[in-house]
Amino acid sequence: MELWFTENHTDSVRFSIKIKRHLVSEQSEFQKIDILDSEELGRILVLDGFLMLTEKDEYIYHEMITHVPMSVNPEIKRVLVIGGGDGGAVRELCRFKSIEHIDLVEIDRRVVELCREYLPFTACSLDDPRVHIHYEDGLKFVRRAENEYDLIIVDSTDPFGPGEGLFTKEFYGNCYKALNDTGILVNQHESTFYDEYAQAMKRAHERIKSFFPIALVYQTHIPTYPSGQWLFGFASKKFHPVKDQNAEWWLSQGLKTKYYNQYVHSGCFALPNNVRDVLAGRV
Amino acid sequence: MVLKDNKDSDELGDSLNNCQLSTVNCQLNQDRAPLYEAMREYQNNRVVKFDVPGHKGGRGNKTLTGFLGESALKNDVNSMKPLDNLCHPVSVIKEAQELAADAFGAANSLFMVNGATGAVQAMIMSVCKAGDKIILPRNVHRSAINALVVCGAIPVYVNPGVNGELGIPLGMMPEEVELAIVQNPDAKAVLVNNPTYYGICSDLQKIVEIAHRHGLLVLCDEAHGTHFYFGEGLPINGMAAGADMAAASVHKTGGSLTQSAILLMADTVNPDYVRQVINLTQTTSASYLLMVSLDLARQNLALHGKEFYAKTVEFAEYARREINAIGGYYAFGSELCNGRDFYAFDTTKLSVHTRAMGLAGIEVYDLLRDEYDIQIEFGDIGNILAIITGGDRALDIERLVSALSEIKRLYGRSPVGLFDHEYINPTVDMPPQAAFYAKRVSLPINETAGRVCGEFVMCYPPGIPILAPGERITRDILDYIAYAKEKGCSLTGPQDMNVEYLEVVE
Repeated sequence: MELWFTENHTDSVRFSIKIKRHLVSEQSEFQKIDILDSEELGRILVLDGFLMLTEKDEYIYHEMITHVPMSVNPEIKRVLVIGGGDGGAVRELCRFKSIEHIDLVEIDRRVVELCREYLPFTACSLDDPRVHIHYEDGLKFVRRAENEYDLIIVDSTDPFGPGEGLFTKEFYGNCYKALNDTGILVNQHESTFYDEYAQAMKRAHERIKSFFPIALVYQTHIPTYPSGQWLFGFASKKFHPVKDQNAEWWLSQGLKTKYYNQYVHSGCFALPNNVRDVLAGRV
Repeated sequence: MVLKDNKDSDELGDSLNNCQLSTVNCQLNQDRAPLYEAMREYQNNRVVKFDVPGHKGGRGNKTLTGFLGESALKNDVNSMKPLDNLCHPVSVIKEAQELAADAFGAANSLFMVNGATGAVQAMIMSVCKAGDKIILPRNVHRSAINALVVCGAIPVYVNPGVNGELGIPLGMMPEEVELAIVQNPDAKAVLVNNPTYYGICSDLQKIVEIAHRHGLLVLCDEAHGTHFYFGEGLPINGMAAGADMAAASVHKTGGSLTQSAILLMADTVNPDYVRQVINLTQTTSASYLLMVSLDLARQNLALHGKEFYAKTVEFAEYARREINAIGGYYAFGSELCNGRDFYAFDTTKLSVHTRAMGLAGIEVYDLLRDEYDIQIEFGDIGNILAIITGGDRALDIERLVSALSEIKRLYGRSPVGLFDHEYINPTVDMPPQAAFYAKRVSLPINETAGRVCGEFVMCYPPGIPILAPGERITRDILDYIAYAKEKGCSLTGPQDMNVEYLEVVE
């Protein structure tokens, strides 16, 4: 017998992974949570049928969503992570000794609990004393914060389901308010390859641009995400991600990474035309 | 998370028990849905259609079928023996109406396919003939005054109380109702808003007691009060308070399709006469989509209404607390109850006063839609109203609160210079019918002060007339209209679509 997990990347494009064992299948208050074990990609987290991470390539996503902003402002001390209950982003942040305080806001307690049990490779730093976990709606949490954070990382699911509030204008405006005057906002920014993601990506970018003087997009490739080409947003009140890159400081931290390095940092902001055209409204 | 979309199994078990309790007063089996069952059977029989509607189950209009879905088009059928006839119900519609009467605690009920507007007009036209008097608060919906234009009844207005700070009309004082009755002993009925659009209730039981003591009937406009019949801890509903008739707009907060409503009657009213009155103006091709939605909404409310409205109140109270915590906004609630003209408050309503933040309600209403993709029910000069039900999601409530917080941060300003007068009690010089059908002239609106108005002027929503036919136009009222126009309120009523001219009595 063969067991395969299939994710629909669009209505007519599918991506399948051969599964060894189905470890968890649970309907939480907010979503369906599945954890699978596969031959090729290791353990896999799936929410509402959408693949969130695999053990094999999660490092690309988590390094790129954290090391890029950290390399721009060595003074980052207080960080807010919204979503990201798997702990991957927090794991990377905890590697920086300069960070003093991390608030992790995850709406679904069960995601954190199950990841602690089944995905220790991402959840391994959730017990770091600097990490404070809040099981709350991200939109609600950030609404109450003012001038409090150096960095906000939006590690959200897609713009439908429990994560949809994290792609709205009111959310980005509240993030702007919650950041101090050197604050940086980094967000999971979908992709432009398939039309339904492209529209969400474009709207989110326009909304962020309306609040932040600096708002750029950077890309990476994540083999298990739809199209493999994936984007992040970098928005800031002061720092330019490339002009203000502090490679010397990052190298001085002595962090061993599997994907990110100082060359990738400047290169990832060089966007191919298929992304530039969507951002410029040419398609 | 304070709010929960799903209850855990223990809580669900409790609420199921409560549901059984809530139907304890019902005599009939509320699990039944006779019209729905008959329509399903009709579909199963695969009847060949040589009757109207001409789209023939959707095959004749592919685009419409694609848009609304095959099931909607297949169920868009016409009266026939197995499906009964709303004009003369003898079988499944009659049974569905009996179940509705039972669920609402009424002696009889009639399904309406022209909204609560149709039901309000049916109430008035059933108890008043030309020249008869009816006592009503001036802040009624236009449908009530429309009925007076049609049937020629004479309004005796009881001026509602006004909350000056919020600029909104309130309920009626029982002693003022009694005074109006004593001064007009020939009046036939009292009409009461239960509640107003803003969620404010008069002392309905007291008004019923006074009216009945003087031999008058009591009619309740419950366009915004369907949930009073099924929720707990809400203001008293018309039938429970002893009213004789009530118009329940089930589509607004009860879950049926837009335009459907139920007219409720106590045993003091002859339902067959009321049906005759309704048949004077109601379509003979009543939509089965609307009627079956009433049958299923009634079933759902009878079985699960208590739970649904408990969730509604939980959402609304949460939103009120969060909005008040932002500062600048005032989401008002039961704390304003004064035992008088603000006798009770409908806690499912989320009414928010915005003027202290320097923005007119209509401006906040427009910003929410244009900038944040959030559509609320209405905005007037000083307030906004969001309709909350158990059909909402916690994350959507968070979006509304967060967007209001952003609007304050980005657009808030000093309230200086904002118009601070909302509701103006008008002077009535002529009965509505006489003024509407009088010889009229069209004048530029600014030259009409002092004249008697021949038509309606209102902001829609909420649809409460600023001017009704027969009322004296004043400078204050014209200023109010100009201000509402400038702020972007949608003004309706006059013949002149741009509201630059008004028809006045010659």
